[in-house]
Amino acid sequence: MLQGTLDLLILKILVLGPCHGQGVARLIQRQSEEVLFVDHGSLYLALQRLEDKKWITAKWGVSENNRKARFYSLTAKGREQLVEKSSEWQRLTRAMELILRNVRPRSEEV
Amino acid sequence: MFGRKRSRDDFAEEITAHLELEADELKREGLTDEDARRQSRIEFGNVRVAQERFYLKDRVEWLDHWLRDVSFAIRQLVKNPGFGATAILVLALGIGASVAIFAFVDAALIKPLPYADPQRLVRVTESERVASLVNISYLDYEDWKRQNTVFSSLDAFTDGNFLLSAPTGAEPLRGERVSAGFFRTLGVAPVLGRDFDPSEEVPGAPNSIMLSYGTWQRRFGGVKDVIGQSVKLSGISYTIIGVLPQDFDFALGDDPEFWAALQPVNSCEKLRDCHNLFAVGRLKDGVSVQTALANAQAIARQLELQYPDSNRDRGASVMPLSDAIVGEIRPILLLLLGGAGLLLLIACVNISSLLVVRSESRKREIAVRGALGASLARLACQFVAEGAVLVAGGLLAGLALADVLMQILRRLISAQMMAAMPYLRGLGVNTHVLLFASILGLLALILFSVTLIFHLLFSDMRDGLAEGGRSSTGTLWRRVGGRLVVIELATTMVLLTGAGLLGKSLYRLLHVDVGFPADHLATLSVRLPDAAFPKEVQKVDFTRRLIDRVEGLPAVRAAAVTSRLPVTCGCNSDWVRIVGRPYNGIHITVNEREVSAGFFRTLHAKLLAGRYFTDAEDASKPNVVVINHTLARKYFPQEDPVGKQIGDPTLSPSSIKQIVGVVEDFRDGALDEEQGPTVYYPFNQNPSPNFSLMVRTSQDERTILPAVATTIRELNRDVGIEQGSTMNEQINSSQVAYFHRSTAYLVGGFAALALVLSTVGLYGVIAYSMSRRTREIGVRMALGAQRWSIHRMVFREAGWLAAIGIAIGSVGSVAASALMRKFLFGVEAWDLPTLAVVATVLVVSALVASYVPAHRAASVNPVQALHAE
Repeated sequence: MLQGTLDLLILKILVLGPCHGQGVARLIQRQSEEVLFVDHGSLYLALQRLEDKKWITAKWGVSENNRKARFYSLTAKGREQLVEKSSEWQRLTRAMELILRNVRPRSEEV
Repeated sequence: MFGRKRSRDDFAEEITAHLELEADELKREGLTDEDARRQSRIEFGNVRVAQERFYLKDRVEWLDHWLRDVSFAIRQLVKNPGFGATAILVLALGIGASVAIFAFVDAALIKPLPYADPQRLVRVTESERVASLVNISYLDYEDWKRQNTVFSSLDAFTDGNFLLSAPTGAEPLRGERVSAGFFRTLGVAPVLGRDFDPSEEVPGAPNSIMLSYGTWQRRFGGVKDVIGQSVKLSGISYTIIGVLPQDFDFALGDDPEFWAALQPVNSCEKLRDCHNLFAVGRLKDGVSVQTALANAQAIARQLELQYPDSNRDRGASVMPLSDAIVGEIRPILLLLLGGAGLLLLIACVNISSLLVVRSESRKREIAVRGALGASLARLACQFVAEGAVLVAGGLLAGLALADVLMQILRRLISAQMMAAMPYLRGLGVNTHVLLFASILGLLALILFSVTLIFHLLFSDMRDGLAEGGRSSTGTLWRRVGGRLVVIELATTMVLLTGAGLLGKSLYRLLHVDVGFPADHLATLSVRLPDAAFPKEVQKVDFTRRLIDRVEGLPAVRAAAVTSRLPVTCGCNSDWVRIVGRPYNGIHITVNEREVSAGFFRTLHAKLLAGRYFTDAEDASKPNVVVINHTLARKYFPQEDPVGKQIGDPTLSPSSIKQIVGVVEDFRDGALDEEQGPTVYYPFNQNPSPNFSLMVRTSQDERTILPAVATTIRELNRDVGIEQGSTMNEQINSSQVAYFHRSTAYLVGGFAALALVLSTVGLYGVIAYSMSRRTREIGVRMALGAQRWSIHRMVFREAGWLAAIGIAIGSVGSVAASALMRKFLFGVEAWDLPTLAVVATVLVVSALVASYVPAHRAASVNPVQALHAE
């Protein structure tokens, strides 16, 4: 998976509320209808990177089933980034789609 | 930056928590406790690896990125070899030129002299009212040596020529006569044998010489038992006592083969007013050059009071030895370094604009990477990596080029000039040069990176994704690229103007009216050994026969001898007083020459009044003198000088001479010296053992030289002959012509390269801008625009850039020319014709640069152009 994509997915999951790493992984998997599987090692490094950038913050807490877990939540800066990155992503996918859907013969410069 | 760093334990704990949470979930999904645990571990992958990656994250990430960036940059350049090769070549040109010139600067200005503690060494000379720097007389030197309180040692040196008897005839050898402590003052010890002993300075002491290393190898086969051998020079026996080190040289000497102990034996050294020495002193600890100068001046004043006749107006001059040796070449080298620096600037700007064009065409790639989360910093790293690859390539190629350039330039330096600049023998790529090259590389890298990062910051990255984003970025490029090319054009203008002014100076210098036809004039230096010609009358007799015999040769029109050739230097000065005029202590300083009777006719000089002297006027006849027009005009403004008498400042009876003629000025001194008053004494009344023979020929003057040499040998085998030359060669190879020529050629070379680079740069900007405006041009043409109007549009764009470049360049040129005023001869710093020619050249280059893009734009097919978007 592309580096930027994982960041975007994490931000998107966290917009729903604070969550721990394992939860983020599960949610990505579930919401993508089991298409995207996240390498857990990469996930934690990505979380660390986002935390370093101050897009998310982390706090040790207790999970619903009484396990100790590190909970991540979105900062204001992270929220901004999410809006920006998701609109970029949408433009990119739209662009991809336009090209892929285009059936005209290629007679011009792209 | 990130505040408190997270610990490894904390990270490990988080992973453990994850595994437990995952296991819980799996259990809920129906797995057994053990299976759930195993499954969660499998899903996580390698826990240790994750932990390692966390640990290494901050340390290795940058290195990893850097390696990836560099290999990516190399792949990009390989994919587009034309771009990479161009950029590296352009950079190599700039770096190569700068580094080669810097190597000269390093050899001449930075490396200290090859002596012990060289910054304490000074050159000590006398000074005069009209000349700040004149030789010391032996008696003055002795007084200075005794009375000074500032030098731990003071030693004298002077050129002394020797004749070595050889089977083919006497061979003149360059020698230097030095006082006994000379080498100890410099801090140089012989590699073989011993140094001079103070007892060897006394007249009558055994004659001792030391050999230069080269002489020892060449003439004595480098054998150890050369010490103690005796060698006969100019008919006198000398004992070889030592050999100097291989790396020893002394730039103020005449590249001597032999060093003899200075004994005050010749007639000049017995007179206080005959100045033939220079001195080198070592400052005592804690004594500054200023203090030493004050002390020397105080002694000079004391001597002036004590010996008013000989020492009137005689001051002192003390300057660091390094200034004395490289003072003349320092500004030239700095000028050349400046020129090379400007060339490098143009090269870097050129590459910067190439890089900007490339980043434009890679806009979409960059935008996609940005959208996928690559930060600005990461993208910037990418650019820096690309710049670094280019700079590394340019640096290597530039160093290779610099090495080649150095070899070529060094080979272009004549042996004669090399002897005056022995420090250039150590020229080469050394650590200083490598360091300088690295600094240049670093500066270039910073320039490239800053340009690109600015470009990246100011162009909206997201525009790249949108298809319609091209027109705005096109405009932006036109602005940025335009500005860069204006810098190039302006810098090129400065270089071209500099080259033009230097070229014009050189032309003016070589076309100075020397006052006589310099063609068909062969010259030859002759030395009469004292042993064979002890009496003056013998010298006169020999010279008479010599002139007779040479004039009898076929194709010879006339021959004459002179103590010093014309167009050499105004350096033989004499003090005279006019008989019958009130004397207020101010004597007249004149150039003096001893010339044979036929000298003026041989030269084709013009007699203005009176007569020339005759061959019969020798020591048995009354003393006579011919003066030049400047002397007559300055000191006999209202009267006829012919018939008047001049003498030395005391008007001693033997010095009184009658003026018999006035000759029109011709140039005695160097091309750039002003012609001063000169007196010409008859050679036959003042014969000197060293003189030059001048032969006026009716055919090519060079072909006569062997016959002249043979004639001299037939007359006397003990007479020394130095390699013959021609008057034109002497003038063209004179030091002033040499320096003017080398600066003009080198700066001209830089300017030519700069012109090529900036023309290519301008072409790049125009061509890119036109390719961006294809659609606009299509619309214009579809609406009925004519080809010529498209042409005009392109030329107007190029014209604007050129006009701004020329405007800025003109200001820069005038400023730069003012700085290099002292290199100019016969031309003002604000020489309008030069500026006009340079501006025209730039306009023509702008037209050439825009012709192809204009032609291409005008041949756009409107239908295709409109389709293209």
